[in-house]
Amino acid sequence: MLENEKEICNCNMIEEFMNKIFKTYLPEKDNLIQILNEVQDEFGYIPKTAQEKISEFLKIPMAEIYGVITFYSRFTLEPKGKYTISVCLGTACYVKGSQKIMDRLKERLKIEPGQTTEDGMFSIDQTRCVGACGLAPVFTVNGEVYGKATVKKLDEVLDRIKIRRIRGLGFGDGFKILIIKNRDFKPVPESLF
Amino acid sequence: MEELVNITIDNQKITVPKGTTILEASKKAGIDIPTLCFLKDINEIGDCRMCIVQVEGKRGFATSCIQKVEEGMVIKTHTPEIIEARHVMLDLIISNHDKDCLTCTRMGNCELQQLAAKFNIQSLEFSGERKEHPIDNLSPAIIRDPNKCILCRRCVAVCKNIQKIGAIDCSNRGFESSISTSYNKSLKDTNCVYCGQCIQACPTSALREKETIDDVWAKLKDPDTYVVVQTAPAVRVALGEEFEMPIGTNVTGKMVTALKRLGFDKVFDTNTGADFTIMEEANEFIERFNENNNIPMITSCCPGWIRYIEINYPELTPHLSSCKSPHEMLGSLIRTYYAKKENIDPEKIFVVSVMPCIAKKYERQRNELSNNGLFDVDCVITTRELARMIKHANIRFDNLEDSEFDNPLGMSTGAAAIFGTTGGVMEAALRTAQDILTGKDLDKIDFEQVRGEKGIKKATVNINGKDIKTVVASGLGNAQKIMEEIKSGEADYQFVEIMACPGGCIMGGGQPIKNSTTRAEIDIRKLRSDALYSIDEKSNIRKSHENPVLKKVYEEFLETPGSYRAEKLLHTTHGKNI
Repeated sequence: MLENEKEICNCNMIEEFMNKIFKTYLPEKDNLIQILNEVQDEFGYIPKTAQEKISEFLKIPMAEIYGVITFYSRFTLEPKGKYTISVCLGTACYVKGSQKIMDRLKERLKIEPGQTTEDGMFSIDQTRCVGACGLAPVFTVNGEVYGKATVKKLDEVLDRIKIRRIRGLGFGDGFKILIIKNRDFKPVPESLF
Repeated sequence: MEELVNITIDNQKITVPKGTTILEASKKAGIDIPTLCFLKDINEIGDCRMCIVQVEGKRGFATSCIQKVEEGMVIKTHTPEIIEARHVMLDLIISNHDKDCLTCTRMGNCELQQLAAKFNIQSLEFSGERKEHPIDNLSPAIIRDPNKCILCRRCVAVCKNIQKIGAIDCSNRGFESSISTSYNKSLKDTNCVYCGQCIQACPTSALREKETIDDVWAKLKDPDTYVVVQTAPAVRVALGEEFEMPIGTNVTGKMVTALKRLGFDKVFDTNTGADFTIMEEANEFIERFNENNNIPMITSCCPGWIRYIEINYPELTPHLSSCKSPHEMLGSLIRTYYAKKENIDPEKIFVVSVMPCIAKKYERQRNELSNNGLFDVDCVITTRELARMIKHANIRFDNLEDSEFDNPLGMSTGAAAIFGTTGGVMEAALRTAQDILTGKDLDKIDFEQVRGEKGIKKATVNINGKDIKTVVASGLGNAQKIMEEIKSGEADYQFVEIMACPGGCIMGGGQPIKNSTTRAEIDIRKLRSDALYSIDEKSNIRKSHENPVLKKVYEEFLETPGSYRAEKLLHTTHGKNI
């Protein structure tokens, strides 16, 4: 699936990280999910090298680890983009038309849910209910929730990320606050929260 | 004293031991409950929900294959509600199944098809979108076709829990679910060893052998090719099952007649090859035992096992015997000794092996199993494929008269016959080794300690005052235990026999497939194995080294076991071919 993984990531770095976290776990099968969680958080995906190390450590076949990773949407096999945009397709959001937002997102980024754009900037996820049904339809950017979303609002957010990239500005934890405070941009209307 | 519980099933009162499942209890009461994902002792997970029943006082349905009986339980197994629910369940399973039954290898032997017939499914209620998966046909032995998969997980259970391989597992979720390898790679790029136990477990044809019948038909049609066939020991005690004969019927004579009718130029016996294997292997063992060179020595007849050790314990491969497997030895002799004797161009000979095995298809194309640029064996077909050829040619198998294997490579001993069952190779080797070591013709022939159903059998045999510790393991889960013992230095075995399939070749991946009910009710392994031991008992010659054909071939051609020529033609190398 990911032939060029070796180029993208540093295998030594992964091995080093794995050896480090193995010190904090007993080699028991039950620890699989916890270990996968740590790897996902560290690298933004579960590299194959990490899977091999886990398979060796916990004595779990590669196919089973692959099964667990593909079962839980939290785990991914491909590196996530710098910005992960998740559109909620849960019942409430779906009824309020979140499919249109998803369609627009796919159209603009030219990728499918679960994929990452070639430049490594964007990933699309589809989620089921983020617990903000009152704000439906909802999408999130790196975990930040944008409620009462419309296609227009999605376009706005995408454009802003784009402009910030062109200007070489970062997208830290306080991205949403930044766009409000930054005078270059029209403040994001309260309704977006 | 076993604790008993009283229950009522379909108004019938019965008493069963505590811990019995409702399914087992029903069977005792003579009541048949349909199952699909259930495979006794291997996959008992209540996944497909075909076996649901109603328990009085309990909400919903209970899955009878996992639900244990309780005192006073009142169970109904066939109410209209249950039948309707099962029907819906089956409908849903079939709706996502590739329904090209007419062109399917499992037609007539498919558990899903049998259920559809039982439930009188004439039209499908749910005919929505179907998930299309790519077919993996890149491995030399197994085809993986997820479009026919019903996600029963029987293959996963046998691969992971019995064989301890875990090459396949469930991946993704919901409609996307499939049984796949890691990264959905081809089986050839995984740790799969092609034992084919998954094929035996599969209720449909989602897992099937890579059929090579067409290659055989093409060569049989070609007048310029001299087509030679050989059959493994385990084939003759199972082939009859494909023609409705009882399990464990020895059909050697009929099989030979059928092969001759199919048009093979010569019908030879892999058993003769097995005698050669014993001759070489026993001598190799004695030599290594005396020199204490890479002891324990481990048998090398089983290609699934060879691939397993090469992948998982490469550092232990020097312990393997260097002997080729019997059909490869015979193939090698057909192309050299026999071709020279009969003045046939070795390139014009096409050697077909009929095997109970899937992994032999992989073994055949290993580069080191060739000589002068020609593979020892050109084509491997399974017991099932041979049955298909016989049916295709319209031969009434049960009506056939008996005939004998062709000379000279068709004469074999009782020792060779038992090669097809776990413990057989060890017993055959010990018969020859004891005679060579003592220089006498000993009367002791039966080595009961290495027989029987157990997955691991240990025996110490005293030959000429020396104790030889042996261990026999079948099933790769058991092999793994022995390898760990050897690796850690705990074990002090001298001779180890491993067969990848639980029970040995008679239970190989290429043998006739038995449905889960038959597997639960009948000890197939015992019936087939008894048939082999009975061939052995009835044989006039029961020690490989007393086979007159061997004596002749060594005299005329090979000189002695382990000679330069024997080394070149009958031995091989292991460990580099992963």
